[in-house]
Amino acid sequence: MEHPLTQYLPIAVVFGLAGVMAVAIPFLAGVLGPRTRTVMKGEAFEGGNAPMGSARQRFAVKFYVVALLFIVFDIEAVFLYPWAVNFRALGWFGYATMLVFAATLVVGLVYVWKKGALDWES
Amino acid sequence: MAEQVLFWVFAIGTIAGAGGVIAVRNPVASAISLVATFFFLAGTYVLLWAHTIAVIQVLVYAGAIMVLFLFVIMLLSLTDHGPIVQLSPSRIAGALATAALLASLVGVFRKLPPGDTVTWATDASRLSSFGTLKELGAVLYTQWLFPFEAVSLLLLVAIVGAVVVAKARV
Repeated sequence: MEHPLTQYLPIAVVFGLAGVMAVAIPFLAGVLGPRTRTVMKGEAFEGGNAPMGSARQRFAVKFYVVALLFIVFDIEAVFLYPWAVNFRALGWFGYATMLVFAATLVVGLVYVWKKGALDWES
Repeated sequence: MAEQVLFWVFAIGTIAGAGGVIAVRNPVASAISLVATFFFLAGTYVLLWAHTIAVIQVLVYAGAIMVLFLFVIMLLSLTDHGPIVQLSPSRIAGALATAALLASLVGVFRKLPPGDTVTWATDASRLSSFGTLKELGAVLYTQWLFPFEAVSLLLLVAIVGAVVVAKARV
């Protein structure tokens, strides 16, 4: 039987190549690229206007709510995968367990909906 | 032999990444360092034959949870000020809690029986399916049913908590 770790070899190759590219491309661009620096070129360009303010501005807190809710339902989705693979083997019992699991989270979804956390404008 | 080498690569990578998280001054750079830590940790999980956990580690932690961290960094706009190092009561409490966690982990680790060495050479039939999605599902929804259902309650608390904290004025 084939050793399971050998199946990870392609992934290792991809990671290796990605690492080499990440180092090599900026390095080669720095060595080979022609550079002429002028005052004009050094200025930041922003749609034809003079740039104003910092690029690092604070995000609205609504993004945080959406991101957090996304993670919660993402984790729920993770639990669906092992269930889906064993769907036939687990039968109606497995169906009931997943129903209880999902119903609990639907309660959460209803709460979020009613609270208006999904309304972007409020 | 190859596994030994890989273990040390992943172990050193994990610790170096975790060190980078607290050593780097730019919060976004520290978040990226945390991504690297998660990837090395995923490699360690593979060596522990926990294939599913390794994939979830990359998908959920390096993918989704890091997005949340970056949102928090941008929400607080820490880049403008740099990290604020001050000795406040909550900081001291955090340090004490971390020390207590480390002590308890060391305590548990010392009590572990001298592990049963499962190797591919001796237990190939058991390890060929160990830690796969199918094997995990077969025990998760039967043997570990209660913890699984308890997770849904935990997620419910997380949903309610997120809304209560961020949408207090609604």
